[in-house]
Amino acid sequence: MAGQARGNISIDVEECKGCGLCVESCPPKCLELLPELNAYGVHPAHYTGVECTGCGICFYCCPEPGAITVYRRRAPAKRAVQGGFHATAL
Amino acid sequence: MPTELSEEVVKEAVEQHEELGFEVIHEKSPVFYDRFERKSDLQGQTHYCPGCGHGVAHKLIAEALADLGLQDKTIFVSPVGCSVFAYYYFDVGNVQLAHGRAPAGATAIKRTCPDKIVISYQGDGDLAAIGTAEIIHAANRGEKITVFFVNNAVYGMTGGQMAPTTLIGQKSTTSPFGRRPSNEGYPLHMAELIATLEAPVYVERVALSDNKNIMKARRAVRKALELQRDGVGFSFVEILSPCPTIWAKDPVEARKWVAEKMIPVFPLNVFRDKKPEALTDTAPPIRPVREVLELGTKSTGADVTPHHAHHFKEFTVKVAGFGGQGVLLLGQLLTEMGMREGLEVSWLPSYGPEMRSGSANCHVTLSRERIGSPLISHPDVLVALNEISLRKFASQVAPGGFILYNAERLPADFTLPQARIVCLPASEIADKLGSIKATNMVMLGALLEETECLLPATALNVLRDKIKKVAMMEVNDQAVAAGRDFIDHYVRVGAVTQPDGFAG
Repeated sequence: MAGQARGNISIDVEECKGCGLCVESCPPKCLELLPELNAYGVHPAHYTGVECTGCGICFYCCPEPGAITVYRRRAPAKRAVQGGFHATAL
Repeated sequence: MPTELSEEVVKEAVEQHEELGFEVIHEKSPVFYDRFERKSDLQGQTHYCPGCGHGVAHKLIAEALADLGLQDKTIFVSPVGCSVFAYYYFDVGNVQLAHGRAPAGATAIKRTCPDKIVISYQGDGDLAAIGTAEIIHAANRGEKITVFFVNNAVYGMTGGQMAPTTLIGQKSTTSPFGRRPSNEGYPLHMAELIATLEAPVYVERVALSDNKNIMKARRAVRKALELQRDGVGFSFVEILSPCPTIWAKDPVEARKWVAEKMIPVFPLNVFRDKKPEALTDTAPPIRPVREVLELGTKSTGADVTPHHAHHFKEFTVKVAGFGGQGVLLLGQLLTEMGMREGLEVSWLPSYGPEMRSGSANCHVTLSRERIGSPLISHPDVLVALNEISLRKFASQVAPGGFILYNAERLPADFTLPQARIVCLPASEIADKLGSIKATNMVMLGALLEETECLLPATALNVLRDKIKKVAMMEVNDQAVAAGRDFIDHYVRVGAVTQPDGFAG
């Protein structure tokens, strides 16, 4: 499912409360709410599987501490990003 | 358990992604507990409503603490409100305080643990209503703490009552027709208010209204914590936050409402960003309390009488006289002596607003058991330093009790009550010794000799420690001795003093 996209995300469907803020915030619009309900009776967010850039905006908009995990494809060694914290977005 | 399952799922997902050449760039902060032990079946998620701004604010704080390496030295003070349960989530030191008092508690924590990072996290009902005094004064003192003020314009937890920050026209359960300035006043702008004070070093208002503002909020949170880490001063970040449940909007709409309705009223701005400057006044060194109070450095006298058997179970003394005669001091000395002989003691002063020439009295209890009340209705001993006190309190003395009266003889019209009276011209004796101020010491000597309630050796030890004036030391010692002498030589044990002042 990771495809050739630069980034990827995984969503913990049992932590998601289905507020939809990540869906609204995602710049490439690659998130959606599932039609099925999770164990708590909400429609959890879901990655459509294409076009994630790994920008991390969904992570910061999501009010749940661990519902979203964001990944990015490892940079080639020579272009390794210099230290610092997670700052990526904007 | 769904939570256990989901943790495994996340772990598995991370492994899968790593195989595919991905690395994790954002995940649950280690500052959060792995599981939230709040209820048996909801340990995977917070108690906040879907779309609540608290979750985002928590994440921003947690991320900053992790990145700055401050997790192990952070003490998080939660308020009353929805975020009262922050201690279920943050794996740091946690304190939860009474409504609005978080800055006061944070002040105490920061002052006693200056190397810790102290965060006061408060809502608008907590900070801007009931806790207004606390936040204003903590800010004005420039306490080196960080305050995160989450403003959602209502009381969320209690069901949506009007808060000081409620917007004009906004409906709430307590402003059902919308807030009207003529009746409820205007929204309180806390960031601007704090920024009028001189001490705060950093005051900013941010909003969780959209992606861009959330990232600005992230920077503000980080900066506020960095300033505290560097010991610069008081930092305050107001966070405009959505409350979808109370506002009756879906989470996306609620976030828009922050941008469209709240930001025009509460403009986003950096209201204060002071450069750190060296303080001109030098603080006294921080020393342990024991050292400041000189505990343990002076002789306590406790070893003088390790096995002294006191003849009473409880012994009560009332000392009364003019203010300035050493009434309260005499009582304090008795309690201090009792304490050093291993007794339970209490001292209860009662005096008028006049320091001198008013009347004063105090109650002293010495007991071998715990003291129920320091108030004495019927003292075993009355030490009356003047006639007024004698007349006023003599009838209260317990039957078989003892009265020590500071005069040559009793007043002519005074009828003897149920107690034994000894007249002792303490003022004259003290005057002859060189200082009339030692009157109370003559009385002390007489009291000890007559009742044998405490050891004279302890008295001398206490006097050495408590009386600061060197010149008075010798006089005091002589006065105590004179008081004892008087009882020894002029009054026979068990004798009742007659109205003429002589023992019968």
